[in-house]
Formats: sequence, C-alpha cells, structure tokens
Amino acid sequence: MAFLEETVRGIRKDIVKMIGKAASGHPGGSLSSAEILTLLYFEQMNVDEKNPKKDDRDRFVLSKGHAAPVLYATLAAKGFFPREELQDLRQLGSMLQGHPDMNKVPGVDMSTGSLGQGISVAAGMALAGKIDNKAHKVFVLLGDGELQEGLVWEAAMAASHYQLNNLIAFVDNNNLQIDGAICEVMSPFPIDAKFKAFGWNVITVEDGHSFDELRTAVEAAKKSEDKPTVIICQTVKGKCVSFMENNAGWHGKGPNAEEVKQALAELEA
Amino acid sequence: MAEKKSTRQAYGEYLVKLGETNENLVVLDADLSGATKTNIFKKAYPDRHFNVGIAEANLMGMSAGLATAGKVPFASTFAIFGAGRAYEIIRNSICYPKLNVKIALTHSGISVGEDGGSHQSIEDIALMRVIPNMTVLSPADAVETEKMMDAALAINGPVYIRLGRSDVPVLFDETYVFEVGKAGLLKSGEDVTIIATGMMVGPAMEAAERLKVDGISAQVLNMGSIKPIDVDAISDAAIKTGAIVTAEEHSIIGGLGSAVAEVLGDVAPVPLERVGVKDLFGQSGKVAPLMEKYGLTANDIVEAAQKAIGRK
Repeated sequence: MAFLEETVRGIRKDIVKMIGKAASGHPGGSLSSAEILTLLYFEQMNVDEKNPKKDDRDRFVLSKGHAAPVLYATLAAKGFFPREELQDLRQLGSMLQGHPDMNKVPGVDMSTGSLGQGISVAAGMALAGKIDNKAHKVFVLLGDGELQEGLVWEAAMAASHYQLNNLIAFVDNNNLQIDGAICEVMSPFPIDAKFKAFGWNVITVEDGHSFDELRTAVEAAKKSEDKPTVIICQTVKGKCVSFMENNAGWHGKGPNAEEVKQALAELEA
Repeated sequence: MAEKKSTRQAYGEYLVKLGETNENLVVLDADLSGATKTNIFKKAYPDRHFNVGIAEANLMGMSAGLATAGKVPFASTFAIFGAGRAYEIIRNSICYPKLNVKIALTHSGISVGEDGGSHQSIEDIALMRVIPNMTVLSPADAVETEKMMDAALAINGPVYIRLGRSDVPVLFDETYVFEVGKAGLLKSGEDVTIIATGMMVGPAMEAAERLKVDGISAQVLNMGSIKPIDVDAISDAAIKTGAIVTAEEHSIIGGLGSAVAEVLGDVAPVPLERVGVKDLFGQSGKVAPLMEKYGLTANDIVEAAQKAIGRK
C-alpha cells in the first residue's frame, strides 16, 4: 500500500515539474486522475515495460488526452522510458507531445487528444479482442466534461450492443472543465443513470483518490459477464496542490517557478 | 454497348474475394450496408461484418481501434457522412496515428441523383486529400475498383477509396495494371491533355473522339491515384500538349482540378480548364440531366479543351 502511495506522490511531483518546465500543459486533470493510472499500471494491468507491444497486454486509452502528463509520468515511473525524457514535454522534437502519440512514446496504446474519440477507439480495440477470443482488457479514461461529446454515447451504445465486457471505462469526475463547473457549462448529470440506460455495468467510487476503493471497483469490473463497465470516480481537480485544487483556472496552465516550488513542497510534506 | 456496373457493386463483391485470403479483414458499416454493398460481404462472412448503426463518427473510431489490434477494417458509408460528418475522427484517430484503415465511401458526387444536394458529396476528395498520411484513390470502373482494393491492402496505412452509386461502363479488362501514384495513359495526343478521374473517364474518352473529328488530337490520362498524384505524368503532358483539362465529378475547388493546378503551378504552368461542379450544391434529379445541368458531360470537356487550346 505504501508503495502505491509513494509511487503516486512521485508521479504528482513529475507532473508538476514537467508542466512547470514546459510552462504549458494541463495540471488539474492530470493530478485528479493520478491514482487511477497508478493503480492500473502498478497493480491491475498486465503490461511489460520491456515489451510494450506484447500481444496479450491490457490496453489503456487516455480518452482525455490533455492529461498526457499523468500518463507520461506513470509510464516513466514504470520504466517504459527514462524519467529524464519528462523534462522535454511539449518541446520541439520531443516524443512527449502535448497530447499522446502512440507512434512516438513506448507504452502509449493510442494517440488521443480530440475528446470523445478515445472511447470509440477503445470499443474497437475491445471488439478486436472479442473477435480473437483474447483475455486482455481495454481500459479507457474519460473526463467528465468529455461526456458532452456525442461520440462518447455512440461508442457507449456500441460497447453495450457488442457486449464488450472486456472494456472498462473510468470517468474522472472532478466537476470542472475549462470554462468552469461542468454543471454550469453543460451538465452531464446524472452520469450513472445515463450509462446504465446505455446498458453498462455502473460502479461509483466515492473517493477516486483511494486505492482501496478503486481496486474494489476494478476487480468487480473485471468480473462483468456481458456488459462494459464504467467506474465513475469522484475526484478533486488539481489534487494535492492546494492552490490548484478545485480551481478551473488550473485546467490548462503551467505553474511558474515559485508555484512549482510551493507545489513540490506540499507534495513532499 | 459495354457492360455496366457501379463501383460500389464491384466493391461489395470484391470484398468477399479479399475476405477469403485475409482473415484479419473486417468490414464496418453504418446502417447503409444494402446501399454500400457491404451486405454482400456480410452474407459471406457474418462474423466479420459489424453494423455500428447510424453513427459515422463511431464507425471511424471503432475502425481505428480494430486496426490497432491488427485487424484490417474497411469502413463504409456514404461519402457525405464518412468524409464529412466523421472528418475529424478520420483525421485524428486514423490518419494522425497512421492506422491501417481503408475508408471506402459510396454515393460520392452528384450521380447520387434523386436524394439531392444534402446527400451529394462534392467535397470528399478535397477533405481526404488534405490530410497527411492519407492515400486517395478514385476508380473509373469496376475493374479499377478491384485493382485499387488490392493496392489499398498492400499499403500499411489509411486509404480513401471513392465509390459511386450509378452504373458506369466497364472500361478496363483484367489485364489492367493500377499503381498508386501513377496515371494511366488511355490515349496519346498532341494538342491537349484531358486528365479525368472516376466516372468522368468515360466522358473524357468520348470527348477525345469528338475533338478528333474537329482535327484536334487529345491525349487522355486516367488519374485514379489522386494522392499521391503522378507529378511526372502531369508535367510531361503539360510540356508535350501545352494545355490541360481536368474532369471530375467533384467540386472544382480542392479536388483533381486543384491537385493538377498545384502541380502545374509548381513545375509546368500551361493553360488549365477545370470541368467539375462549380462551387455549387447539387439537387434532386435523374443522373443524366444532373450531369448536364452541372456541366459534367463529354460536351463540356470538348468545350473546355477548345478553350484551353485557345489560351495557348
């Protein structure tokens, strides 16, 4: 347990450092989903950092592609590539593009960034697994604002129609999007009832930063017999950095040197 | 009278043949499998045909996902919905990661006929051509459709194949060779070169015959590969004949005419006349009167050729 806590702390520090260095990027939604990725890559997913494309691996699609820093930090922590690469985030010629590029970064299963598309692609991956009777799972992380994209629901309908029980989606329900509170911009609520109506197995996680709660949810999702599962996680945007928490202003902005220092001090504490 | 067959029919039939030897080939449709003819494949391989319903964005997204797992998806719907509505999914989830998806869209151009302007795609070549990593193929007949499907399979990356609804004459026989990036010389000539694609290749040949009567020697190139385009063939034709006419069942903005104009501007500027839809939407009607109304006949090509020669 302490291992996961220590790992996620390191990932958060890397997120803050790399976005600070780049002076650009999306800290809020990266910090809110750090436990989800940590649990997946360090405990729940069958992946091999030495053989990133092994055929029977579980797949992960970051449908909310702007949270690339959390994916990069997690992959680096897991050993898919050297952590030093993180300092080149968003720089010309870097493999670490503003949004994930599957052809550049070891361990990235799909290029994403345009919202709504990742879950559709993940449904296609899961369908391929079904066609070939493969046992692997396909995990996909959606933002809550992303649920406003119509394609999410086209994909949700298809995943249920094809009984893709090998597809497990997370919603990072941090309640904020660029322009403000999701319920004020364009409410996606009720999220659980919507997915239920689309034929999904719905699990709600009250604390999306609790490894225990997330683990219970993922293990239940893996047992779904004929339905895709969505795990709706209540999270805090900017989690663990006091001045970023619950502040939409930190959706897509890099912290300055002073702010990085403060954030790292808080994360060390 | 030559045998007639629509390119969509040829597509549906040949998919079955390709499916025999390619077990990773899967076909996706969006509730138009009767019209796109992928239902022929469905009948032969029901387990490899997926109808995603009326959801073209998801059609492209799921195709991308299948491709990441080694499947070779052929995704089909009407050109207007595939290239239009699902454009950005094709751009970001298929072409940007260079995934191996074949996008075969039917009912392109105004020869859709009675369904009218809302369903007549006159922009799809422009939209697909501008995306990096994309190959754009536009078959003139049933035989070329099959050859292009072979060529598309040989490419590890996205390919757009532009198909039509209407029956068109079968121009080629089985010995026909298609190569991506190469134009086909159908008729040699001295005074003007007509570069045509898709269902305008037939009228281009007819126009060349008519011009001959007037003592004009017209060369005809079939430009089935719109991207990559055969720069050498265009440049050679410009230098040899000194005047070019393009003919396409597509907007003159962004399609074959534009692609040829780009090449001429780069390497061999000569007079160019573009036969195509002149920045207008289509409308309902029977195919022949529509082609006449929108200036897409052999006559229109003849007039354009005379005009181009007059500008030398």
